Amino acid sequence: MTYIEKPRVHHPALEKNELGLTRRDYEGRMSTLCAGCGHDSVTAAIIETFWKLSVPPHRVAKLSGIGCSAKTPTYFIQEAHGFNAVHGRMPSIVTGGNAANRDLVYIGISGDGDSLSIGLGQLCHAIRRNVDMLYVLENNGVYGLTKGQFSASADVGSRSKTGEVNRQRPIDPVLLALSLGASFVARSFSGDKAQLVPILEAGLRHRGLALVDVISPCVTFNDHEGSTKSYRYTREHEVVAVEADFVPLRREITAEYGPGDVREVPMHDGSVVRFRKVPAHYDPTDRDAAYAYVRERQEAGEVPTGLLHIDPTGQEMHEVLGTVETPLVDLPYEALCPGREKLSEIMAAFR
Amino acid sequence: MSPAGRVPTSRAPEPSAGTEPGAEGEGRDARINDLALKIATVNGTGSASANGLLMQAIFRMGIPVTGKNVFPSNIQGLPTWYEIRVSGEGWTARSPEYDLIVAMNPATYARDIDEVQTGGWVLHDSSWPLARELRREDVTFLGVPLARMGSEHFHGSRTRILMKNVGYVGALSALLQVDRDVVRSLLEERFGEKKRALLDANFEAFDLGFEFAREHFDCPLPIRLSPMDATRDSVLIDGNTAAAIGCLYAGATVASWYPITPSTSLVQAFEAFANRYRKDPDTGKLRVAVIQAEDELAAAGMAIGAGWMGARSFTSTSGAGISLMSEFIGLAYYTEIPVVLFDIQRVGPSTGMPTRTQQGDILMVAYASHGDTKHIALFPADPKECFELAVAAFDLAERFQTPVFVVSDLDIGMNDWVVPRFEWDDDYRPDRGKVLTAEELEAGAVFHRYEDVDGDGIPWRTLPGVHPRGAFFTRGSGHDRYARYTEDAGPYTDVVDRLTRKHATAAAHVPAPVIARMPGATMGLLTIGGCDAACREAVHGLAERGVPLDYMRVRAFPFGEEVEAFLLEHPTTFIVEQNRDAQLHHLLLAETAVTKDRLASVRRYGGLPLSAVHVVEDVLGLLGEGGGNGDGAAASGGTVGAAAGARGGNGARAEGGRGSPGRSGSDGGSQGRGAGAPRNAAGPEGGDA
Repeated sequence: MTYIEKPRVHHPALEKNELGLTRRDYEGRMSTLCAGCGHDSVTAAIIETFWKLSVPPHRVAKLSGIGCSAKTPTYFIQEAHGFNAVHGRMPSIVTGGNAANRDLVYIGISGDGDSLSIGLGQLCHAIRRNVDMLYVLENNGVYGLTKGQFSASADVGSRSKTGEVNRQRPIDPVLLALSLGASFVARSFSGDKAQLVPILEAGLRHRGLALVDVISPCVTFNDHEGSTKSYRYTREHEVVAVEADFVPLRREITAEYGPGDVREVPMHDGSVVRFRKVPAHYDPTDRDAAYAYVRERQEAGEVPTGLLHIDPTGQEMHEVLGTVETPLVDLPYEALCPGREKLSEIMAAFR
Repeated sequence: MSPAGRVPTSRAPEPSAGTEPGAEGEGRDARINDLALKIATVNGTGSASANGLLMQAIFRMGIPVTGKNVFPSNIQGLPTWYEIRVSGEGWTARSPEYDLIVAMNPATYARDIDEVQTGGWVLHDSSWPLARELRREDVTFLGVPLARMGSEHFHGSRTRILMKNVGYVGALSALLQVDRDVVRSLLEERFGEKKRALLDANFEAFDLGFEFAREHFDCPLPIRLSPMDATRDSVLIDGNTAAAIGCLYAGATVASWYPITPSTSLVQAFEAFANRYRKDPDTGKLRVAVIQAEDELAAAGMAIGAGWMGARSFTSTSGAGISLMSEFIGLAYYTEIPVVLFDIQRVGPSTGMPTRTQQGDILMVAYASHGDTKHIALFPADPKECFELAVAAFDLAERFQTPVFVVSDLDIGMNDWVVPRFEWDDDYRPDRGKVLTAEELEAGAVFHRYEDVDGDGIPWRTLPGVHPRGAFFTRGSGHDRYARYTEDAGPYTDVVDRLTRKHATAAAHVPAPVIARMPGATMGLLTIGGCDAACREAVHGLAERGVPLDYMRVRAFPFGEEVEAFLLEHPTTFIVEQNRDAQLHHLLLAETAVTKDRLASVRRYGGLPLSAVHVVEDVLGLLGEGGGNGDGAAASGGTVGAAAGARGGNGARAEGGRGSPGRSGSDGGSQGRGAGAPRNAAGPEGGDA
């Protein structure tokens, strides 16, 4: 048995969303990751997010590359179409998929091994194209499935389970995304569902690529003394620096914060991201400020988390390409073929 | 007057199909509509446009014509050549037997002048004297002071260089009897009233060359043109543009690509057509997405992603790109996602010679990617087939839910060919294959993604977002017929064995081979793709020399039954292809029941389009010097093992009888006079331009 089916029995009292679906309707198969894996917490947050936003399950396309992170789409939204691509190349599949059918909701799950080595180019270019998708990077600094090698995000001084010390500087996906002008950049911690869910909600609603880097400790290979991506290290050094709430469209704004503490950033569809507990002079729409802030906190030994940057003005891929609103897959052939007469016209130009 | 500007000596009469008594010469025999010329210039000087003008003018005169651009991987400064072959009989292959050379590039004077046939002509710029050592007694030098005329009549160095090119077109027009009015009307179409100054300059430059030639030479030359009516229903088009039109008409909506010679112009043409014919009339928005990817890996991924969603998607690249895409190709094969890949082959291995042509990717496309993979590949022979097979490729990709290659090459893709006008049937509707609709799923259709419901190896599929019951997980990892992850032997082999059946099913649905029977033939000649023109001409020539051959051109892999039957029917079949390792030959051995002893291999792979001269030469070499014995090939010990590199005249036939694929030489130009030592049987050397 190489997969585990989950029984689909619902308790009648389970809470329902606007579609009349329960959280169970957003679950997938049983996880085959290690017990205590951070990725499973991310999966739980994803289930919560899609349920809360009442996204029709079959209108979701969930994709991944290769690695432990790549397994997680199997564990949520059973009725979504899933796609396990090749290592690091999930972004190109999403790009082509989205080009063909812009009406689906795209979520790509990747990891540090998947996104920051062979996948680095595709990550950068998906950001550059601003493909409309939620890009979750489950970041644990280690290759789990091949048993514990350092990944490109391992911090200098980080120690592997076998005692080896990493001397190479890490690639930080958040700083990378900021430098590339990503329109939505966040970092969170798999152990902090209260923070992660609103970030994912905002990311899903963001038009364009929303990168959410989630520190997601590897309990088997990278959750020990000396690892900078362990549960303990992250708990001790995480600073929830930029707290944000996501306020969906048509929903009453109930958050209670003094106007001085709150910045509101409206999204394309009219929903709002409310930043609270924002450090003084921090403007989440100013990417230079965001970059400087993240660097400053890192130098102080902290892992700043939260929705760090948002640019609601960026054009997503279809706006740049100038494609029609109707998904290309829904266009009838008659709208695509110029026909016999036009071919004569074309042929006349080749005389 | 320059020493070169003398009356040409007469050329020895040469019997040929187009020969007629000199109509207006001095009793000399003229050769009408049967000539080959080569224009040697410097890359980036605008000569391509002038050469295209000449070729198009001949085409407009109703005469079948072929143009081959032999260009460097360079933007400016390196030598470049353009070959024009005129064949009233309609032969379209390249001819390396140049009657006339236009030598405009001093850097290559020596080699260019060396290549013209005895009795031929060299048109050169006589603004400066031609070095004595370049002179040949057996050819006629026609000096036209193009640079001097340019400086006297035009201003600005750029204009002067451009007009020099139009100047030699003018001189050639007088010499070869190209219709002046046709050239003038082409220039008018090209520049129109909007660019009046440019148009006038072109007229003037053309006339300068034309009048100079008329005054100083005995025009027309014995090799000359005479209007025909053979191209009325034809177009002059390159294969990449043709393939792009095919994609447009097939209803492709997503194109992802990365620039690479010689495929770049395919997607660029597609984009240009799409901007014109795929614009929503109300919003001005596009019913297409053309994405220039960051590399070939991403280009393949995007096309596959779009194919997964149900779009007709394609990418276009060359061999190096296919290498990069191979991992993704395996994914699309195993996950059964339709996608079309154009491979415009160039010379490998590695970067190879990016601006030269070859058929070096045959084996790669047949089996691209790790593990057990087998693909459908289509092999167009000319631009018209690029158009037709592009459409067929999308139908096959969706019908068989798999990657389909359209394997063209630089010669087909980038050179202008005279081919019949393309036709379109408005009743055509795409074959979307076995796709369950929302209604069928709602009505309770049983759906297991990888189950062989119909016994043809082709499962049913669903498209994302259509219906909750259609959802499944697409994965490159091991999966069972229900699309579930598996590491178990039984469910795994169940799926991969069905994939084998699916590929076998495709053999009866891919484009059939083209067959031409020759009366009296006992042997066969089989080829592929762009070798077609040269092979058809060679088969004709060989029949005239007493070697009748049945002809087959395969158009697709997997091979259909006809291919195997053809090979089994003939005790000897010559396999003609453009690669070193006899890839088609090996693929036929691997994928049909034919045995090695029945196949003989003819190969040219130096980077230039194949010529009938080469095929005839190699086939006769394999049959024994002089050929014509008709019985065959089995000349040496029962096998025809080697296409000798015998052209140097020593008649040696390397490795005969060993049963291994033969060897052959380069596809170099004509050997000119006294080209020297016998060619090494082992492969290309010199003279390759």
